[in-house]
Amino acid sequence: MTLATVARSVAARAGNVWALPTLPLLGGGAATAVWGRRRAALQTVPAVNTLSSPSAALSETKRPAHDTADTFDALPPSVTLPLSTGPLSVGTAATGGTQQMNLFTAVNDALRIALETDESAVVFGEDVAFGGVFRCTQHLRDAFGPDRVFNTPLCEQGIAGFGIGLAASGVTAVAEIQFADYSLPAYDQLANEAAKFRYRSGGAYSAGLTVRMPCGAVGHGGLYHSQSPEALFCATPGLKVVMPRDPVRAKGLLLASIRDANPVIFMEPKALYRASVAPTPVEDYELPLGVAETVVPGRDVTLVGWGAQVHVLVAAAARAAAEDDISAEVLDLQTLCPWDVDAVVASVKRTGRLVVSHEAPLSGGLGGEVAATVAADAFLSLEAPVKRVCGWDTPFPLAHEKYYVPNVERCLEAIKDVVAF
Amino acid sequence: MLIVTVAGVRSKSRSAAAPAAEESSAPLRPLEETETYDLPAFKTHRMDLDSLPTSTTASGAQLQEYFESMYRMRRMETKADELYMTGHVRGFCHLYNGQEAVAVGVEAAVTYEDYLITAYRNHCQQLARGDTVEGVLSELTGRVTGCSGGKGGSMHLYKPENRYFGGNGIVGAQGPLGTGLAFAAKYGGTRNIAITMFGDGAANQGQIFEALNMAQLWRLPIIFMCENNRYGMGTSTARAAASGDFYTRGDYAAGLYIDGMNVLSVREGIAYAAERCRTGEGPVYVEMDTYRYKGHSISDQGTGYRTTDEVQSMKASRDPIDQVKTMLIDGGWATLQSLKGVERSLRKQVDAAVEFAKKAPEPPPEHLWKDVLSPSASGESVVRGTLVTTGGKVGTPL
Ligand SMILES: Cc1ncc(C[n+]2csc(CCOP(=O)(O)OP(=O)(O)O)c2C)c(N)n1
Ligand SMILES: Cc1ncc(C[n+]2csc(CCOP(=O)(O)OP(=O)(O)O)c2C)c(N)n1
Ligand SMILES: [Mg+2]
Repeated sequence: MTLATVARSVAARAGNVWALPTLPLLGGGAATAVWGRRRAALQTVPAVNTLSSPSAALSETKRPAHDTADTFDALPPSVTLPLSTGPLSVGTAATGGTQQMNLFTAVNDALRIALETDESAVVFGEDVAFGGVFRCTQHLRDAFGPDRVFNTPLCEQGIAGFGIGLAASGVTAVAEIQFADYSLPAYDQLANEAAKFRYRSGGAYSAGLTVRMPCGAVGHGGLYHSQSPEALFCATPGLKVVMPRDPVRAKGLLLASIRDANPVIFMEPKALYRASVAPTPVEDYELPLGVAETVVPGRDVTLVGWGAQVHVLVAAAARAAAEDDISAEVLDLQTLCPWDVDAVVASVKRTGRLVVSHEAPLSGGLGGEVAATVAADAFLSLEAPVKRVCGWDTPFPLAHEKYYVPNVERCLEAIKDVVAF
Repeated sequence: MLIVTVAGVRSKSRSAAAPAAEESSAPLRPLEETETYDLPAFKTHRMDLDSLPTSTTASGAQLQEYFESMYRMRRMETKADELYMTGHVRGFCHLYNGQEAVAVGVEAAVTYEDYLITAYRNHCQQLARGDTVEGVLSELTGRVTGCSGGKGGSMHLYKPENRYFGGNGIVGAQGPLGTGLAFAAKYGGTRNIAITMFGDGAANQGQIFEALNMAQLWRLPIIFMCENNRYGMGTSTARAAASGDFYTRGDYAAGLYIDGMNVLSVREGIAYAAERCRTGEGPVYVEMDTYRYKGHSISDQGTGYRTTDEVQSMKASRDPIDQVKTMLIDGGWATLQSLKGVERSLRKQVDAAVEFAKKAPEPPPEHLWKDVLSPSASGESVVRGTLVTTGGKVGTPL
């Protein structure tokens, strides 16, 4: 049983309908007619635009009941993000304030907004019309029709190439690869076609598609449902790579990614889909790509991570403070390519120490790149060797996952080591 | 000299190469007069053979246009070969000699509203999609006057204003890309189609089948066009393909075999397939029976895996340019003499283009990091590690 099937059976138990009857899949003249009608409708009645009507969006039954049941006025109207470039406030009472969302709901909300605000946007992938394995695309087909939200056959290389051609023609293409592990059959298309289309055509074309993929450890995923292959994409100039750590970041970064002119690999830590819940602005907002965030300010050591690992680092920082009175600063890169060199270097110049941590294996991981850059750009400020706390150089294990992941204990040990050096 | 195949959309017209035909004193038949020609037999798969034409009509003007286009292509490729030998073209260079009827016949059947994408053997598609010989040779020689400013080179030519999505270096990659283009055509509610071209070697790539499956499933308007030139590098189709009947390899998709050495056959076959696509019946897997005269690329002499006899007999019996020349002369629109004049004038044009390319400026060094990502708000794309500044700090992206 794959994780996909596990997730399905869980979803089925949760009341999500998986055994769907025959669906109006794309096909023949009917689909053309639907597209034609949609476009005609958009042209003739531009006033009927749900775009800037968050209250209408809220009232729709797009979210699970337990999310909408939250008491609205208990939530803050806005969220302020401590970006490396300065604080950024998103959401206002006037635009609907915030709503309690988990990460998959936030992704779903971003996709809905992207489809609403851009009539050319399409969302596709394996099983996305039914909501996807992780429910990120649930209800979208009902809201936007089978011509804009559709299932593809099981063929990742084809899905990626299809999306690249679509994007190159000017359509806003948002593809889902069911698990980041399955991005490897698509890697050729992403690394050779998407990444290089702009360069090799001297700017004549670009393949600004967005490829979403759940990544990372989840406790029991095993070899092919747990990997974090971000370094492969970061090693490919021409791609941007993004990984959010919570719903607020997921929504803003995903909207920015979809609207970015470049191909973006958007990696969603699957362990956080339900686990990470936060008041998330209802409005349409974007967070800048290429900008890190100071999650926890500190003096003694800089901890750099991304995605789910940020939460591990925050926990390790708290332990270090409690146990050894160490003041650790935690940076979330958010965009892994191009990453915020300035923010990391500036932080290390203040703290003099760096621990970088990720789930992907140590060798060839992005942590090595961060460490080497800091060694070059902040050498005279360093008071201890840089430490990397990463997955081991083994395939992602099943029975041994708890020994593989760079957990709080391992991060804490590294923090203490570099501070004591 | 005008070809308009579908009313109301961008037409393609190129001024005739030369007034040379008029130089001849013999009274020639008016070019607007037409003649009917029998077509070489098509073959079909999951499609009614009887609905395909067995003959077609062509005017002297059309044949003259095809002749000029093909001759220009042949001459350009010959010069590209020379430019490679003299070190002006570097890297890879794949020539189209022998296959010109495919490029020209396809364009006679579709419009520039229709998407076209192909592999690395793409110089002549670029010409057929409206670029100049100057432009193509500039790109080949790495000059800033080329379509990609010299950064794509021989394998990556593009003509965005005429929906040419150009050359792909990864064998088979253009299959799914073309499928995305076809989806865009359908999604946009247009009658446009996409043509994705690939070789007999590429026909064995898995992604072609992935793309075809999606295209058939969604009835996308796309022609999967396999140029069967008998070889994938040094491997003949007999050694590589479990079935050499490429037009049947779409399995569930309709298939059409076309004599790709006969420009009228290509025109009529593609016109038929394109119309089928436009009416929403889904993809057609076309096999173009053609032949590559030159080696795979310049470094391949093209003799190690086939006999000289084979190449010679193909040139003698099926050459696409000779076939059109014969039609023009037999039809009374031209004489050997008048065509020689046209050839002379085209050769001069190509020679001038060679000189243009040789003299054109090379791209400046800072183009190294241009177009990796989209330009930032400041108008420049700056890539980490590519800028040396006094402080030793590398440029920050975005
Ligand atoms: C490359 C890849 N893509 C997607 C998946 C996720 N996945 C696992 S099984 C499956 C469905 C396969 O269906 P089928 O081939 O009919 O086999 P069945 O499960 O019915 O035995 C999918 C999409 C995967 N494991 N590998
Ligand atoms: C994925 C990939 N594998 C191998 C190559 C090297 N290669 C370039 S062209 C070629 C032969 C392709 O033959 P065919 O598809 O028949 O096209 P033709 O060259 O005859 O036009 C090969 C093997 C490549 N460019 N990409
Ligand atoms: Mg071949």
